[in-house]
Amino acid sequence: MKEIDVAEISAAVEELCLPTNCELNEDIRKALSKAKEREESPQGREVLKLLLKNAEIAAEQNIPICQDTGMAVLFVEIGQDLHIVGGSLTEALNEGIRRGYTKGYLRKSVVADPFMRVNTGDNTPAVIHYDFVQGDKLKLTLAPKGFGSENMGALKMFKPADGLEAVLDFVVATVDKAGANPCPPVIVGVGIGGTMEKAAFLAKKALLREVGSGHPDKFYAELERKLLQRINNLGIGPQGYGGRTTALAVHMEVFPTHIAGLPVAVNINCHAARHRTIVLNGKETWK
Amino acid sequence: MRIFTPLDEQTVRNLRCGTNVLINGVIYAARDAAHKRMVEALAAGEDLPFNPQGQVIYFVGPTPAPPGRIIGSAGPTTSGRMDAYSPVLLRRGLRGLIGKGSLAEQVIKAIQETGSVYFGAIGGAGALLSTCIKKAEVIAYPDLGPEAIRKLEVEDLPAVVLIDCYGNNLYELGRVKYRAP
Repeated sequence: MKEIDVAEISAAVEELCLPTNCELNEDIRKALSKAKEREESPQGREVLKLLLKNAEIAAEQNIPICQDTGMAVLFVEIGQDLHIVGGSLTEALNEGIRRGYTKGYLRKSVVADPFMRVNTGDNTPAVIHYDFVQGDKLKLTLAPKGFGSENMGALKMFKPADGLEAVLDFVVATVDKAGANPCPPVIVGVGIGGTMEKAAFLAKKALLREVGSGHPDKFYAELERKLLQRINNLGIGPQGYGGRTTALAVHMEVFPTHIAGLPVAVNINCHAARHRTIVLNGKETWK
Repeated sequence: MRIFTPLDEQTVRNLRCGTNVLINGVIYAARDAAHKRMVEALAAGEDLPFNPQGQVIYFVGPTPAPPGRIIGSAGPTTSGRMDAYSPVLLRRGLRGLIGKGSLAEQVIKAIQETGSVYFGAIGGAGALLSTCIKKAEVIAYPDLGPEAIRKLEVEDLPAVVLIDCYGNNLYELGRVKYRAP
């Protein structure tokens, strides 16, 4: 049996906060560079050039890529053979966010109540998604989400008879309507199936996939390719100034659903698409 | 081209949609909660925390400045959330807005009527843009934290004219130009 103390979990989350917000992931950097070579619009190329320069400055000087350091979203995969000791896991995760955002001079963007709107002062609570998996490890993924892009998401409960084309049209229309607001070039996460909340979760989870990695299922990989092409034909371009690079990738996640339903959710991420993962091993115990 | 704040009418009349500019001088950082307070203050017959004549508001809520730095990351936020407030401030003499994203019809109308301008700064380039800010001082509503009003002194802050005083809109023109069937 392996066990892990919650203090170690807090420390790991704290350590994730700064690099996740200051260092652009390599897959995104490559995608932006490639887009810069291909982009037809001079204004679009200029934006992509400045975004790459921004990433350099951010990493060198430890300045957040974007001032909206997001609401902290955590994906937590708990190995079912791991024993968590020393206190509450949820509280430990929030403690890590609290310390990471405070000590790292990251922006505190969370209000305690949607209507009273008083800032909690430490960017907690995080939105935490737990999953139990086989094994004895703890996998933590921090994905801070800015609300310029989060506000542009959409969800629709389709009838099965509406069919595939209607779903694709909805995804494209959602990105079209979002325009410049989500800071294009964007990553488009599409969750299909399950129930209403399952589709929304899948759309968010889809944003974690490596940019440029196609869906393992050929049918969906082809749909992703087709959607990306349609989205890049919208003309929105980098920052919405006009151009051929509106999205860097479309990622779909699917799940079985009910005979009467076809839920579809679209979650848009900005060009920074911040996320970072750490795996904790725990210690062997001989109890 | 380089422009200097406060903006006079002639400077704004010469700006055309799609022109790249480098903004220099004092600008005021304000976003959602500060706008709500400013407009409430005006409704109550009170003065604004700064004289808006010819001034420019930057829609931004920076990250806190670490020790030794002037300001943290400081890119634009979505301008559309201030749509309810922007026309009120433009009609009080404000001459420029810096942000990102589309504006409502009533704001574009106010921009045309008042001879003002909407600049776009690059969303998500907060690190780069922060290096253009040479001075930052909270001048009102410190209790709002990242949303407090800051007086910023900027040097060569890169921006593009998104909507000029004639109502030309880069978001529309750019999209039409690169849209494919």
